[in-house]
This record gives sequence, structure tokens and C-alpha cells, in this order.
Amino acid sequence: MSRRDISLTINGKATTGVAEPRMTLLDFLRDELHLSGTHMGCEHGVCGACTVIVNGEPIRSCLMLAVQADGNTVQTVEGLCQEDGEPGLLQDAFRDAHGMQCGYCTPGMLMSAHALLQENLSPSDEDIREAIGGNICRCTGYTQIIDAIRLAGERMKEQGS
Amino acid sequence: MKAAPFDHIAATSAEHALQLLGEAGDDGMVLAGGQTLVPMLAMRLARPSVLIDINGIADWAGIDVSGDAVRIKTATRQTAALKSDVIAENLPLLAKALPWVGHHQTRNRGTVGGSIAHGDPAAEIPLVAVALGAEIKLHSQTAARPVAADSFYQGPMMSDRNEDEILVEIDFPIWRDAGRTGAGFHEVAERHGDFAVVSAGAQVLLDDAGVCQKAAIAVGGVSGTPARLRDAEANLIGNVLSENLIDEALTGIGDHMDPADDLHGSADYRRRVARVLIGRALADAVADAGGSLS
Repeated sequence: MSRRDISLTINGKATTGVAEPRMTLLDFLRDELHLSGTHMGCEHGVCGACTVIVNGEPIRSCLMLAVQADGNTVQTVEGLCQEDGEPGLLQDAFRDAHGMQCGYCTPGMLMSAHALLQENLSPSDEDIREAIGGNICRCTGYTQIIDAIRLAGERMKEQGS
Repeated sequence: MKAAPFDHIAATSAEHALQLLGEAGDDGMVLAGGQTLVPMLAMRLARPSVLIDINGIADWAGIDVSGDAVRIKTATRQTAALKSDVIAENLPLLAKALPWVGHHQTRNRGTVGGSIAHGDPAAEIPLVAVALGAEIKLHSQTAARPVAADSFYQGPMMSDRNEDEILVEIDFPIWRDAGRTGAGFHEVAERHGDFAVVSAGAQVLLDDAGVCQKAAIAVGGVSGTPARLRDAEANLIGNVLSENLIDEALTGIGDHMDPADDLHGSADYRRRVARVLIGRALADAVADAGGSLS
């Protein structure tokens, strides 16, 4: 099938690439744009490792076609870093609270957490569980991830005040 | 796990989508939220030559009240339905069921019409459609027809929809009768948001004396389609609901079910769980309607 030109805004930057219709947004990010921070897990919408934010909403990038993302605004885990590439506030909180072990689920966890904290800086543990309910982690048992997200919310509030 | 090649056409209007599907015949599939279709493509369980993408059709998204029904256009996102005041006010059972549909990340893409059209026998939205007797509107290039939800489903992922038809809208009836309406929804899944092993929903209308005037009960995951429990409903209507009455109404309910044995649960387990979940859904519905089980 013919390849299509795709133009979209990724992490604030106008970006273009080429994809055939069957290419998922996930493969487009990783293989075409070399943004390999977004992880490929199950490739059928179960694990959440590939979570990115499209037009402000967290979605699974393995379940959206690249051609569907044409003209959209996408945020990936690379967009959470500071400009010099150092970890951003949310990533720091994951490090400080030991919110990861192997790190495979971490990009998806970070994007789901980021989407939650955009709307609510004081989430209850129940809110956090609901927000990351679609992200599987096989290492941590989730407790430290919940701690990390709560910590990030507190630090964001301090920074804002 | 990569999909086989296909073409993708973004339909620009309802007419355009219907024309494209008419031309493609059974080589074409409609792409709405893609939360079920894209995995099927990846696993090559579906091999269409063309996907007709309806996400850009503004006329096919939205929720409003039309007469005695809430009209939900097919490509309405599940998140939009979950946040809808119209649904919260008028369709208590759907409002109770929506938080169980997938995860936040899948509801942001997944559509109400897509879930109904796909027809997974354990899915929440088809169950509510069957319980409430929703009307499903199917359009083709040449015709439009309504189908009652409980005659729409013919088996797991099989429906009355013809290959040139698109499900464009679902009308869920509003219970406007005097009295108080309440609803309850329960399910068992391996993880909240995953496919349900068994799901059950109930909506009841109680009058001022606490007598049940209307009841809608349906169960999913115990047969090839969501099943409405009309006999149990009939046993409740006209009575003040009590634990004993509900228990009696549900006696032998599993005998009518023909669930599958699979790695998620045996047929016996599903029958037993179904009865428990229906009981809990009914108890919640009564409490939600301001009643109490005497």
C-alpha cells in the first residue's frame, strides 16, 4: 500500500514522516522518528507500555494508526525531560520513590501519571490506581509507583505555589 | 505482530462512508475507535483490504435527548459518554456500566457504537443496550432500518448487521414513569477494565410505596450474546422487593444459561457467579432508587 506523508506536532515540535496505512503510531514513533522512549509491549492494547498523550488524552499508541495521527498533537516520554535531556520533575519523583525496577513499563506509567497530574495535583490513591489501571508492571507491585505519582503531585504543587 | 497491508480512507461524511463501504463489500471494515479492531488486525484475525475511518464525521458523534430516548451517535467516545450529564441524568444503568468499560486510555479512543457493533458477549455497553431494549439504527447507501438490541445479536461477535450497513446511532429509552429509578452493575474480570468473565446489570423503578413497577436485568458472559432475564423481571414487578423475593426470582436462573468452559472460568463457575452478580446488581439498584430490601 502507498506510503502517506504524516505531519504532526510531537513534544511541541512540528514533525513529518512517512507511514503506510497499517503502521501504528507506536511503530511510527519508534521506527520512523527514532523516538524509542515509547515502549512496545503486547502490541494489542493490554499492557499500556506504549501509552502516549494525543490531543491531551492518554491513549495506547499500538491501537492508533499513524495515518490517524496526521495533524494531531502528541506528547511522548521524551517530552517529560528538561531541555538539556535531564529527567523532569515526574521522572525524578519516580527515581526518588523507586517507582521502577526493570523500567519497561515506565514510559507508559509516566504518561498515564502525567495525564492524571495535568488534571489533579492532589490525587487520592484510588485516583492514581484508576489512572494507571491500564498499565501493567511485573516488578514493583505498584506501591512505589503510587508513592512516586503522589510525590510528583506534591512537588508540582510546591513549585506552583 | 504486525497487521497485513490494507488501505485506509478517512470518510468525510456519512454519505461518503456508506458509499465507500457499499463499494468495498466484505473487503471493507469500518474503523471507529479501533480498540478492538486494531488488535484483531495485528493478530490477523481480521484481514480487510480497506479500512473506512469514520472518526472525522462530525454528524456521527454526540449525545442528546430525542423524545423518550437518549440518542448516542455511533462514534461518540466512551469517555464522552462517561462524562455526559445527559447520560448521568437519564440512563442510570449505562452510567453505572461505563466505568467498567476498558481503561481510561482505551475509553479515550473507544466508541459506544463500536462496542455495540462488535458485540462481545461479555461487554458492558451491549449488555445495557439489551437490558433497556435500546434501538440500534443501521444505515446503508440505499436504506435505513432500526433493530431492537435483543434481536440484533445472533452469537458471539455476530449480529444482524449486513456487510453494507453501518451502525450509526443507538437510542436508549428513558424511564420517565413516576417513581424513583435506580441501577446497579457488577462484573468479575481478571483485572478491572479487562474483558469480563461474567457481568450483570439491573435497573428498577420503585413507586412511592416501594413497589417495583419496572425492572430490566441482563447478564453477559454466560451465553453467546448478552441475555435479558425477562422471567426474573416479571417475578419482581408488582412486589415490594426483599432479599427473599430476589432470591426466589433468581432460583434456577443458571439452568437457562449455557456458558463456555475456558481458562478464565468453568461453565459452573460462570453460572454461580452470574447469580451472585445479578443479586448484587439488583440490591444496588434498589438502594440507588432510595429503597431498602426488607
